[in-house]
Amino acid sequence: MSSEINLTLQVWRQDGPLAEGRFATYEASGISIDASFLEMLDIVNERLIESGEAPIVFESDCREGICGTCGLMINGQAHGPQKGTATCQLHMRSFNDGDHITIEPWRATSFPVLRDLAVDRRAMDAIIAAGGYISVNTGAAPDANLTPVPKETADPAFDAAACIGCGACVAACPNSAAQLFTAAKVQHLNLLPQGQAQRWARTEAMVETMEAFFGSCTNHGECEEACPKEIPIDFIAWTNRDYIKAKVKNRKLAG
Amino acid sequence: MLGSLDARIPAGSLEAKWTDRKFSMRLVSPNNKRRFDVIVVGSGLAGASAAASLGELGYRVKVLTYHDSPRRAHSIAAQGGINAAKNYQNDGDSVFRLFYDTIKGGDYRSREANVYRLAEVSVDIIDQATAQGVPFAREYGGLLDNRSFGGAQVSRTFYARGQTGQQLLLGAYSALMRQVAAGTVELHTRSEMLELVMHEGRAVGVVTRDLIDGEITAHSAHAVVLATGGYGNVYFLSTNAKMCNVTAAWRAHRKGALFANPCYTQIHPTCIPASDDFQSKLTLMSESLRNDGRIWVPTAHDDGRAPDEIPDADRDYFLERKYPAFGNLVPRDVASRNAKGVVDEGRGVGPRRNGVYLDFSDAMAHDGEAVIRAKYGNLFDMYERITGENPYRVPMRIYPATHYTMGGLWVDYELMSNVPGLFVLGEANFSDHGANRLGASALMQGLADGYFILPYTIGNYLSDFLGDPALDTSEPVFADAEQAVADDVSRWLSIGGTRSVDHYHRELGKLVWDYIGMARTKTGLEKALSEIPALREEYLRNVRVLGSADTLNQSLEKAGRVADLFELAELMARDALAREESCGGHFREEHQTEEGEARRDDQNFAHVAAWEWSGEGAAPTRHCEELEFENVELTQRSYK
Amino acid sequence: MAQAITRASAPPPVRAAPRVRLPWPLSIYQTAVGKKWVMGLTGIALLGFILVHMTGNLHLYEGPREVHEYAETLRNLGTEIVPRTWLLWAMRIGLIAAFALHIHSAYSLSRMSLAADQRYPGGRNYIAASFASRTMRWTGPIIGLYLFYHLADLTWGWFNPDFVRGDPYHNVSESLSSVPVAIVYIVANVALAVHIFHGAWSMFQSLGVNSPRYNHLRRYLAATLAGVILAGNLSFPIFVQAGVIDDDGRSFVEELRHHGAAEEDH
Repeated sequence: MSSEINLTLQVWRQDGPLAEGRFATYEASGISIDASFLEMLDIVNERLIESGEAPIVFESDCREGICGTCGLMINGQAHGPQKGTATCQLHMRSFNDGDHITIEPWRATSFPVLRDLAVDRRAMDAIIAAGGYISVNTGAAPDANLTPVPKETADPAFDAAACIGCGACVAACPNSAAQLFTAAKVQHLNLLPQGQAQRWARTEAMVETMEAFFGSCTNHGECEEACPKEIPIDFIAWTNRDYIKAKVKNRKLAG
Repeated sequence: MLGSLDARIPAGSLEAKWTDRKFSMRLVSPNNKRRFDVIVVGSGLAGASAAASLGELGYRVKVLTYHDSPRRAHSIAAQGGINAAKNYQNDGDSVFRLFYDTIKGGDYRSREANVYRLAEVSVDIIDQATAQGVPFAREYGGLLDNRSFGGAQVSRTFYARGQTGQQLLLGAYSALMRQVAAGTVELHTRSEMLELVMHEGRAVGVVTRDLIDGEITAHSAHAVVLATGGYGNVYFLSTNAKMCNVTAAWRAHRKGALFANPCYTQIHPTCIPASDDFQSKLTLMSESLRNDGRIWVPTAHDDGRAPDEIPDADRDYFLERKYPAFGNLVPRDVASRNAKGVVDEGRGVGPRRNGVYLDFSDAMAHDGEAVIRAKYGNLFDMYERITGENPYRVPMRIYPATHYTMGGLWVDYELMSNVPGLFVLGEANFSDHGANRLGASALMQGLADGYFILPYTIGNYLSDFLGDPALDTSEPVFADAEQAVADDVSRWLSIGGTRSVDHYHRELGKLVWDYIGMARTKTGLEKALSEIPALREEYLRNVRVLGSADTLNQSLEKAGRVADLFELAELMARDALAREESCGGHFREEHQTEEGEARRDDQNFAHVAAWEWSGEGAAPTRHCEELEFENVELTQRSYK
Repeated sequence: MAQAITRASAPPPVRAAPRVRLPWPLSIYQTAVGKKWVMGLTGIALLGFILVHMTGNLHLYEGPREVHEYAETLRNLGTEIVPRTWLLWAMRIGLIAAFALHIHSAYSLSRMSLAADQRYPGGRNYIAASFASRTMRWTGPIIGLYLFYHLADLTWGWFNPDFVRGDPYHNVSESLSSVPVAIVYIVANVALAVHIFHGAWSMFQSLGVNSPRYNHLRRYLAATLAGVILAGNLSFPIFVQAGVIDDDGRSFVEELRHHGAAEEDH
């Protein structure tokens, strides 16, 4: 059942944020098709260390598709060829013996490369800090069942909340827009009754922070395809709608 | 050098203890809070919730995490749910029942007072999380849904599809980021704590290394809070995230903090078995699968037939056979040990004969595939992604894997370690789960500690230091600690051995799994105590860490973490050897009933074993905290 | 310590906040989502114009007189209230404004995206992005250049020696009977249709018109619009080349003017 394949990797190597990058070619031979993509890189690294070459820096943590740490551009596709799958859950059975695989880091001006395949994604945290929360101090919450949330609301809110913050939407976007990430975060809270009090302030603040770091959405739809949680771009439309409403309402409220 | 271990448990009735303590604790007034600096290490459920709550109160908080974002902490991966004694289902749940189940589930090796408080605040957690926008599952009427989970006979588990951990962490993370924006919390990402700084017997700060540029920085504070998770990665293969490690807790241990019950580790029964030797981690499948799946292996040894060719008569539904009352829903340790039993007998399934079947065909015949798909669709998809097999057609293969560690730094009732000023939260402490943790209780404990316990108890400690500024980082204690970190870094880079850090980590994991895994023996543990130090010695001599200190260098990061895991592994073996009984996740083959069940020794071991570091190469000292049970009767667990 | 604080903050923004905050509602236009709204709204206006323009041009198949009457109708729009051609001019000014805003927002959004984006030296593999969506930045300028040429050719008569001011039928048939000119029109209108195909779908997203039940219809609508406009607009150069639209070099309007002048002489 288990069989092995041989691959040729073209991996982006870059010594630091300011260093010049380049592609390096590595042969990855005898890779089990049951290995995950990252385990394949582990094996390559193990061999590199043995031969005295610095291992390829790539980030990963949970390796079960939920922490959002991993993320590689594999053959020009964010998280590789399998739909709805983060890099860590991509397995080598998606590849064929003799394949050439090009591996690059996420690329966007606001995702500077730190080293090799690792990038800095703090701009996404900045968007959350701008308003991606419901202001409720610890202890101030009413009983959880006080406000029923109808299924028609709860379901899309959850679909949005499923975002793992990996940045694949930005990486896949030809404009490096973070619209899908931001929209998912905005709509998760905007849809829920608990999120209504800050709905307009949140939308305005988060969208404008996003615009300081990322490109503008031209509705290509690449983000939706790359998203490991398959979050639909409908949320982007709803956020665009909420944003204009926010611009009107915030003016009224602020006087 | 150490006085008796005083857990500072309040007197009085179980129900009144926490209320009384909250009243008797000294307070820090609102305008004084901003004069106190608190360092929180770790940004998982416990760390993020604590930091956010402290920030809201007005303390000056500094959060240190080695992740690139606080949202990535491993709490994110919890799938199943979070317990709370809300009794929304009207099925007889109560604070006392949650308390009782947790004590019993922990095999009577946890503190009554802590566990009762945990059950008490559990209801507030659900309120808090819901108000933050955590999208818990709801019924059609829009109210919160519950399910029964891992050995509980009431439905008290709140869940958010298969990603309860992620949703709760995003809630805590959003609260944290709100405080970052408000300026009460200073967030330092990619900063790994490598040293605890002590001054006059108190914890006064930490030293971190910046993972991007290698800069070593001292941070000073009035109190240090560790919320740095568990040490399951000592097994190399576990369900823990790759970066999880014991370093922060271990460095504190080396500075005097006691490490309690390290041998209490939990093995989760429903993980996907390893597929090859380069497996880097094991993936957990939610325990909820056991609600509908039936676990079996072939009756015959080395039965090579495909599962659908094996008739019912040739199948052994071993859990249903041995435990008719609970069947497939026996607690995690029981399910795990039995799976190991049948695999060791040679009845394992799959290409490597390293799993047991978890079969949904009966459930699908009974409820229809659509119902099963609605309940577990995402888990089935995940299984198929990883194994390439379709669980709607072929039974899943599962095998136990290390999942959680109940042991951790010793803390008193107020979550302070024996080192004044050092608080420990969440999985990093030992406090609430005894020898075995119930399903859906880890999230509960992390958030209880962070939201509802530490914010009160830390004031009780800090109030003594009103008016004292935090120690200046120019003090020699900080420079010494910084130097120690720098020396450590250059030591790894100068070894110049031949094998990678991962190689040694994998080898260590095999030893720990074989000798300090699901079933332990005196001879095995003694072997561990000779083989682990030998391997460690080789590691220190022969590890190869390439590159330099001033860049992102993952081998260098791992080198120190694995060194700490080596020391911890040895302590685990010592602890397991000293605990001459079986309880919860600690199963000593010498101590079992005739039916193969764990046999406790309440006479001699109803205590917490807290180990004191005695220096490199010296045997650590074992301290005991006796556990007193006034409200529950100690019974032998039986899930027949 | 300073280092630690730097580490704690995000990388520098790629887009600075506007130096001058304009008063509401102009401030909306200072944001990218606001510009997308302007793109969408002006897109609707331009699309409406293109559709009406194409439909009106179908008078070409009726003959020179009907085209002239149609042109007169446009000039006489609203004469019950305002002087002749005023309303037409108002519409023209509106169109020019929409066009200018459409271009300006596209330009500044593109600049913002180019600043935010980094290339993949290893290449990339598009999954969802269509040819139309990826070529908006090319089809847009092509349409702009074409529009200039179109006005210069048929409104101002710069390139056509037989140009007769105010006689669209004549001018169209004279201009498009030249093969190179016909090719320019065909290429430009294909670009226009491609642009509309993405734009007409995209504006729903930009304007937040989204309801999962009806979303699948948006693509059909965009394709239909683009197709209808393409078919209509391409028919003109093709049928001029085929000789269906042809006044044999005699300008109906010129004759009308002569005729009118002669009558006055009598």
